Amino acid sequence: MSSQTTERMPKSNTSAGGAAGVLDAPVEDPKPTQVPSLTIEEDRETLLKILHQMILIRRFEEKCAESYSLGKIGGFCHLYIGQEAVGVGAISALRDDDYVITSYREHGQAIAKGISPEAVMAELYGKAGGCSHGKGGSMHLFDKDVNFLGGHGIVGGQIPLGTGIAFASKYQETDKVTLCFFGEAAVNQGAFHESLNMAQLWKLPCIYICENNQYGMGTSLARAMSLQNVSQKAAAYEMAAEFVDGMDVLAMRRVTQRAIKRARESYLPTLIEARTYRYMGHSMSDPGNYRTRAEIEKYQERDPIKVFTATLKENELLSDKDIADIESRVKEQVERSVRFAEESPEPDPSELYTNVYANPIEN
Amino acid sequence: MATQVVMPKLSPTMEEGQLSRWLKKEGDKVSMGEPLAEIDTDKATMEMQALSNGVLRKILINEGESAPLGQPIAIIGEPDEDISSLLKEVPAKAPPAPSADAPKESEAAPPEAVEAKPSQSSAPPQASEPPTQSGRDDGRQLVSPIAARMAAEAGVNLKSLQGSGPGGRIVKRDIEAAMKSKPASAPRAAALRGAVTPRSDHKGAVYGPSGYRDEPLSEMRRTIARRLVTSLGPVPHFFLTSEIDMERAADMRVAINELYPDLKLSVNDIIVKVAAAALIQHPQVNASFQDKTVRYYEHADIGVAVATENGLITPIVRAADQKPLLEIASEVRELAERARSRKLKPEEYTGATFSISNLGMFGIDEFTAVINPPEGAILAVGAMTPRPVARDKEVVVRQTMRVTMSCDHRVIDGAVGAQFLRTFKQIMENPMYVFLN
Amino acid sequence: MAVMTMRDALNQALREELARDKSVFLMGEEVGEYQGAYKVTRGLLEEFGPKRVIDTPITELGFTGLGVGAAMAGLRPIVEFMTFNFSILATDQIINSAAKMLYMSGGQFKIPIVFRGPGGSAYQVSSQHSQSIESWYAYIPGLKVVMPSTPADAKGLLKSAIRDDDPVIFIEQERMYGMKGEVPEDEDFSIPLGVAEVKREGTDATIVARSLMVPVALKAAEELAKDGVSCEVIDPRTIRPLDINTIVASVKKTNRVVIAEESHPFASVGAEISAEINERAFDYLDAPVKRVSGIDVPMPYAKNLERMAVPDVAEIIAAVRAVAYL
Repeated sequence: MSSQTTERMPKSNTSAGGAAGVLDAPVEDPKPTQVPSLTIEEDRETLLKILHQMILIRRFEEKCAESYSLGKIGGFCHLYIGQEAVGVGAISALRDDDYVITSYREHGQAIAKGISPEAVMAELYGKAGGCSHGKGGSMHLFDKDVNFLGGHGIVGGQIPLGTGIAFASKYQETDKVTLCFFGEAAVNQGAFHESLNMAQLWKLPCIYICENNQYGMGTSLARAMSLQNVSQKAAAYEMAAEFVDGMDVLAMRRVTQRAIKRARESYLPTLIEARTYRYMGHSMSDPGNYRTRAEIEKYQERDPIKVFTATLKENELLSDKDIADIESRVKEQVERSVRFAEESPEPDPSELYTNVYANPIEN
Repeated sequence: MATQVVMPKLSPTMEEGQLSRWLKKEGDKVSMGEPLAEIDTDKATMEMQALSNGVLRKILINEGESAPLGQPIAIIGEPDEDISSLLKEVPAKAPPAPSADAPKESEAAPPEAVEAKPSQSSAPPQASEPPTQSGRDDGRQLVSPIAARMAAEAGVNLKSLQGSGPGGRIVKRDIEAAMKSKPASAPRAAALRGAVTPRSDHKGAVYGPSGYRDEPLSEMRRTIARRLVTSLGPVPHFFLTSEIDMERAADMRVAINELYPDLKLSVNDIIVKVAAAALIQHPQVNASFQDKTVRYYEHADIGVAVATENGLITPIVRAADQKPLLEIASEVRELAERARSRKLKPEEYTGATFSISNLGMFGIDEFTAVINPPEGAILAVGAMTPRPVARDKEVVVRQTMRVTMSCDHRVIDGAVGAQFLRTFKQIMENPMYVFLN
Repeated sequence: MAVMTMRDALNQALREELARDKSVFLMGEEVGEYQGAYKVTRGLLEEFGPKRVIDTPITELGFTGLGVGAAMAGLRPIVEFMTFNFSILATDQIINSAAKMLYMSGGQFKIPIVFRGPGGSAYQVSSQHSQSIESWYAYIPGLKVVMPSTPADAKGLLKSAIRDDDPVIFIEQERMYGMKGEVPEDEDFSIPLGVAEVKREGTDATIVARSLMVPVALKAAEELAKDGVSCEVIDPRTIRPLDINTIVASVKKTNRVVIAEESHPFASVGAEISAEINERAFDYLDAPVKRVSGIDVPMPYAKNLERMAVPDVAEIIAAVRAVAYL
């Protein structure tokens, strides 16, 4: 067991999987022109669907930023722009009955898992038609029908929960797996370590995906973490680990597929560190004074949508017309979501008191 | 320790009192409970008692002057005690007594002469203070919530009680003791069986206000109440008149007065008793409108309107249904006398369940009276007069009397009032009934 | 009926519910091979196996969150805290996850979970292992909080807690595990949550007590009865939702109330009960509501100091005498 796990440590991943886009070490200066050279196994329909989802999430969140500035969306609003490849790539590898649980930066993952943009936008608007009926908001998107188990607001709080969901899958003797997303700042929480320990100890089918966007709010990784290679921390629990370029959607999909296989077939957990970058602030109220414009632009050159589009074009799987079609469909979807959110009624005042208890006791 | 004497609340509706007469003068020794002054309230002249021991150091208002509730009217203290700080607290608008010698004395104690020491007696009582301090020094009476409620319901005058709780707080057991010291509380009215209610042992009983049960308003009753109020004013009156053959009642009165010449039984006394008997048979009439409920009383507490020099007052014969006619007669006499001399206590003229107003002595044949809220009805009684009436198809002259009942339509509907009045008439025309009861 | 200890009554409830419903499982520190730090889970590992009775690492936040996640996915976990002092490490998952999941998901994810274990004062284990924190949990909408005071209540309420679809904080009193009482053995026996019980009827004063303070209050009532003072003792049993109506009805009858609790007085459950009585029964009070509480200091180690820190019979008697003006 221990040797196998060690083999799955980052350094051996490249040799074992032979996949480009699965990186050996943290990228200090990512190559802007890097294009994945891994073999494309997916059919065109799947690939276009992935591209469509990434563009949909990008445009959807650009609209979120606009609506937020217009005061239509309240509270916190953490945008995913720049990180789309991580959520879309990983979730694209799942079956519909698998589970996803994540942090408060979850609009993209919610849409990727199958919540309609209408229901997400209406939730951000605090409307009854929202996926959490207006009670959760941006940080607490839920949809039981698509096994999206939330948006959670306390850094790292979802990691034990995801572990428990995986526990249930094994207890119920199913082969469902759980993707549990979190940012790299959550790795410093005890919850992360407590969860990984139990998951490996009890062999739970949970895939921990650390979206390392390199900033915990305004604090850079270097200022917050003694050992900055997150994937290496799996070694402390003898857990399999992957280190992947989070700007490469296919690489993301590939490592997740490997992890899913481990989980489905052997109830084994995996820690995936996906190196990525968020273009926007931590939330809409972020002054952004902790990083330079140049740094952001450097990552934007390796924008996940740009990279994936180039790959598909290179492989003659995508035409300019396809792109135009996707953009126009996405535009329509986003407009529809805003219209739906605008028209959806506010929650009935009586809803204030519902859902506190599943079995209320009158007193 | 010197204390202020403040204008006390001596009736439920009193807002200010007029100092009718000081019973002590400055320099007199006073002890707790001793009468200090007579106060004219809006209803009666009442004695005010001292609440502390000492010497009446200072009189702050003169006889004939008025003061709002709570305003200092005198200071009691030790003979040589400095009272300047207390004097300073007297509101400026309360004029110092302009009597011949009083100003001198107040000048003799220049307010600035003594170091300003915060007055302890006028400081609000603090929860943490030890229970030795009287809670009534500042004029407040400490009463536990349940004790206050029980006292109100039982008609116990809190002012007459000394609390046994901390700081002199009047607590539940004090009310219970006060109620026990009165004779046993009124026995509950037995269920009506036919026209006769069993007689209970009432001799010498003293009754508090009647017990009652509150029943929620029915939707229909609520609608009636709402509609009638909007059409007729706060209390929607309607009137029912009946002519009563008084031959037998008049005979009975004469007969009884032959037996008891001192009693001077009046027709009105008989009316009080008969009304009470009829009310017990018609509990819907012995009722009052209480906003969300209709209150049905157990006993007939009959208010008897008495004209005095100062105006109308309605002393109450408590539980008239329980009392024999002779007792009612002497009680009415006694209450009326005290009403005229303004000696009634508030609980003796508030809280009737039904009232009777008799203007027969003024030769009035019939009239309508205004209900005294929250009572449900009042009976206006005219003069007993010989009138020609038809008896067995022949016109004969009989002593008759016309009564008009004013009913609060929110509580009493026409037919209900009419049934009551029919019973009243039946008993009045066969007054021996009251001796069966 | 059988006479058994509270420990065995709880054990019976766990056994019956584990047998009744396969989605119920038990996890916590030393619940399995060790047979339970307080022996409440004795024999369950042998009967139900390691899949259903799970020894956890000492990782309260982790296994609590794991339990909540398992509940999201359809299981009915029973999470044992070796003592509720250690639940403090897990409060993020109890309060931010378990209590709020149903609400913030707009009713989609109920969390049927029981957090149970000993709480309240223990014997000479000093400040960190001897405290009452029920008011923390009772403060949170979405949680139910239960504190039994007899073996029968312990069994009946634990069964209801396990069957309930909401997160239930179930605090057993550490000093009471050995307390004996009659317990129905019927497998259908349960006691509904949210219903107080009048443990002794009386007319002169109401004593509201929970957990360890119930037997202490009953003893005080017995002593007072000798002097002709009749006390009604009410055990809310469920702290949230609180059956305030039963308490208020009693106060309306007796007009005087003493609230006895082990916990510190400030912002305690007793403070809440007092406020409710004030709002609902003010006109019936003959004296201010009086509380008898654990004293407002961390629990000391020394035996004499510890004894002083926990309310006793004499304090309750004195409080009743004070409200009854005796």
